Amino acid sequence: MLKGLWALAWLETKIFAREPMGLVGTLGLPVVIFILLGRAFGAGGRSVPGAAQAPFNVAILAALLIAVSAVLSLVAIMAIYREGGILKRLRATPLAPLTILSAHVVVKLGFTLASLALLMAAGRQFFPGAMTPHWLGFSAALLLSVLSILSLGFVVASVVPTARFAQPVGAAVLYPMVVLSGLFFPIEALPRTLEVVAWGLPTTHAVALMQGIWDGGGWAAHWDHVAGLATIFAVCAAVASKTFRWE
Amino acid sequence: MSAAVITVSHLRKTYGATVAVDDVSLEVREGEIFGLIGPNGAGKTTTMECVEGLRRADRGIISVLGLDPVRDASALRQRIGVQHQDAHLQKRIKVWEAIDLWASLYGRTVEAGALLARLGLEGKRDAWFMTLSGGQKQRLFIALALIHDPEVVFLDELTTGLDPQARRAIWALVTGIRDRGKTVFLTTHLMEEAERLCDRVAIIEHGRLIEMGTPADLVATHCPERRVVFTSDSPGVAERLKDAPGVRHATTEGQTHTLHGEGDDFVTGIIHAVARESIHVRGFRTEVPTLEDVFLKLTGHGIRD
Repeated sequence: MLKGLWALAWLETKIFAREPMGLVGTLGLPVVIFILLGRAFGAGGRSVPGAAQAPFNVAILAALLIAVSAVLSLVAIMAIYREGGILKRLRATPLAPLTILSAHVVVKLGFTLASLALLMAAGRQFFPGAMTPHWLGFSAALLLSVLSILSLGFVVASVVPTARFAQPVGAAVLYPMVVLSGLFFPIEALPRTLEVVAWGLPTTHAVALMQGIWDGGGWAAHWDHVAGLATIFAVCAAVASKTFRWE
Repeated sequence: MSAAVITVSHLRKTYGATVAVDDVSLEVREGEIFGLIGPNGAGKTTTMECVEGLRRADRGIISVLGLDPVRDASALRQRIGVQHQDAHLQKRIKVWEAIDLWASLYGRTVEAGALLARLGLEGKRDAWFMTLSGGQKQRLFIALALIHDPEVVFLDELTTGLDPQARRAIWALVTGIRDRGKTVFLTTHLMEEAERLCDRVAIIEHGRLIEMGTPADLVATHCPERRVVFTSDSPGVAERLKDAPGVRHATTEGQTHTLHGEGDDFVTGIIHAVARESIHVRGFRTEVPTLEDVFLKLTGHGIRD
């Protein structure tokens, strides 16, 4: 089943890296926003002396942006590949359908790690002492979050009619999710209905898990969010396997 | 007669309320170029994709190399090569990367360098897909279809949108595939292409197969009439030739005379009669019906682009 997965993933990585705009958006933008906001409010939830108190953890926002840009990019690539008949052409090879899609997940997870590494480097450079999470645990939390949000991305990619609509539809789905994620204001402050909705979204669990790990909590203390991300992944993967269109 | 490598019987495929293919039966024999011809939307691609196993037929039985295209999909994919209509690859994939990836997926492959050379792509190894011309893209797709040395090659509308030189180059390649002992199953809406390339054709319209045979047989059966058109300044020539064998009737317009008739001896007979009567001829040509005329006659309208 995995035959061709690494070959295809490596190839897609190279292809993605050849598109300057995609690379800047994926790797550069979250880091730039992190540095700018970190300068204004402080990074890692600690305020910079003389600056306003950070209303939220800027590093978590940057991590969330990494996840969102990965998903937006995935939705766009799926729509373009479908419209261009690339998915159909790949499907006529001995590659298993799951392998073709998994390769793109692998690519996105790879770029997520690269973005996070850049983020860490920027944190060390610009905000020494402010970035003190357990990085291995935080990377794992981010990867799990990205995986879960990517599965939702496949559902979105299934319903996007054409490549032209991919970015706007993806943005329309993801940005409200970011607002409701609990990063900017507590979920408990939301009306009851919205609160329930928010806990059904992967971004909310992602923020809760990443914040918890950032603050030094163990995984056991956040099993509910791990379970939330895993459940959303399972549901979205099941839905996407029924609704995904290859042409 | 060679053995059948593809057998389709009573194939039916619908999309919602639209019947795309209805009761199509055909047989493709080993080592031939078989063409499915008809206008756009006739059901050619749907038929081909059912045979390739990319679509599941609603009804009917399909066998390719003795395999069921859907049930035995993975075994079949190792033995067939496909090229899709209007296909693309990733914009920034390099030619060699595509070849490499495809080659890695099959158990057995031909030598990539020689294949690229044969298709005239050796100078484009490092080029991005998006920079290739239409003809080069199609040649790359042919290369991808041939990389694993398949027994049957499927080509769907492979010269649509190409200029005449590129089209002719592709035709030569397709003939070459057949000459290497492969079986080629292609679709086209270009009657000239079908007539040049195909050993046998099936005409499909509105999802139904309406005729099948060699181009020459179809022309002989449905459009047997021939015309000889010549120019001469001798008076009353058409009158003097109209008793030659096979001539049905003659028309004259100025110095241009047209003789209508049919039969194997028709043209020879006229040449003999011209010589016998010592008619001075300034121009002489025969007009033979083509597959396009057959199509026109069978469907009541021409092929549409």
